[in-house]
Amino acid sequence: MSEFLMPSLGADMDAATVVEWKVQPGDKIKRGDVIAEIETDKGLIDLEVFEDGLIEQLLIQPGQKVPVGTTLALIRPEGAVEVALAGPAPAVPPPPPVSPPIPERPVGVRPPLAPSRERIRVSPLARKMAEALGIDLGMVQGTGPRGAIERVDIERVVAELKTKQAGPKLEAPAPPPPVVAALPPAEPGAAKSTPTDFQTGMRRAIAAAMARANRDIPHYYLERRIELSRALRWLEAENQKRSIKDRLLPVVLLIKAVAHALSDVPELNGYWLDERHQLQEAIHIGFAISLRQGGLVTPAIHHADLKNLDELMEAMRDLITRTRSGRLRSSEMTDATITLTNLGDLGVEKVFGVIYPPQVALVGFGKITEQPWVENGMLGIRPVVTATLAGDHRATDGIRGAQFLEALNRHLQEPEKL
Amino acid sequence: MTTTITDARIKEVIFNLLGQIAPEANLEELGPGDDIRVLLDIDSFDFLNFLIGLSDKLGVEVPEADYGKLITLQDLMSYLSARVK
Repeated sequence: MSEFLMPSLGADMDAATVVEWKVQPGDKIKRGDVIAEIETDKGLIDLEVFEDGLIEQLLIQPGQKVPVGTTLALIRPEGAVEVALAGPAPAVPPPPPVSPPIPERPVGVRPPLAPSRERIRVSPLARKMAEALGIDLGMVQGTGPRGAIERVDIERVVAELKTKQAGPKLEAPAPPPPVVAALPPAEPGAAKSTPTDFQTGMRRAIAAAMARANRDIPHYYLERRIELSRALRWLEAENQKRSIKDRLLPVVLLIKAVAHALSDVPELNGYWLDERHQLQEAIHIGFAISLRQGGLVTPAIHHADLKNLDELMEAMRDLITRTRSGRLRSSEMTDATITLTNLGDLGVEKVFGVIYPPQVALVGFGKITEQPWVENGMLGIRPVVTATLAGDHRATDGIRGAQFLEALNRHLQEPEKL
Repeated sequence: MTTTITDARIKEVIFNLLGQIAPEANLEELGPGDDIRVLLDIDSFDFLNFLIGLSDKLGVEVPEADYGKLITLQDLMSYLSARVK
């Protein structure tokens, strides 16, 4: 029997609330299956298992907030002999929940715009609940900080609407809408979790990771202007052949070029852990996605080097959509090997990032602007982007960073090969 | 008159799509000359989705070369009303 523990999805994550179980005792599970949904400071996360087997027992009630390391469920590994349910579990050390516990978000938090505007502040969980339940957020009175609508507020409205109905049961949650299973007020014995102040939690998470990065990582910074006329011409021609739904955004070229450049300079793809530089073979690019309600999440685009541009566009679309609606998977939260931040939409020309530990590099892109550019003794006006690299000087030296930016430039000059 | 009806419909579609992207925004306050992307905090991904929505609802597919022409509500209204069938 193995114990499935509440994983750490960030160095500063110390607890999370089990929102819903996706499995029941007796269910067969495969590595990578989502078995539960949990609520963290970063929003709702789909929790994946790391082994094949059978769910023996669920130990935590939905709604309960438990510390990292708490046993959530007992899993009978595949091939294991049937164990009497009540029998003492053999002391098999549980598998480590996630590979390296990777901490929190990087830099580049967007400044709030249009401050004069009245926005409905809603926590991601509350928004998701409202959507699932068809509740108009405009009708909900928020009681959180600065009037933010939180889980309790939705629950209150639901309670008002559902007085006639019996509360849903713990077992066999009917699939849609999934959140309802978490709603029944006070499961017997389950400590009712206090509503997460999402903003506060998110800020705290970013603060912890960035403070650690700034304290521990001796950053070096490099920047390089990259001329993009070939890349953008190629992209425009490519997009002309496509219907609007299949169009590629320029950032997709940047992601792919970064992946290629990392293949050329693998030293920047990996971690600094246990006082040593640990290169990673797989290239999982953490893509900084800002949330409308504030804060930043950098889920990983897995195997970016192996995806073609359409697949990357699809992966990015999927990640952004799920990040903003709070549907990320635990592996996406933990296994980025480098971070890419693209702040160009707001006119910023270059971004000097703070590395997200234990990663060893962060690549930043600013806005693509028309700039005077000299080539072959001729002055012209070209679209140019400034790429920056923040490197961990414990892991690499500036020369590696310079090689990386050079490779990045080379790949962007050959867009047809991306 | 047909033009007013069409314009009202275009505006409704625009507001619906913007409302989905920026649910917290009060679109009534959006002035005809305001930069929509800046004011509503719409990034290039959101903007592409907005254009995909316009294409779905109004049948107008905006070529990439015209993205830069669509800054304000006014831009959008005149661009779309000239092309909606």
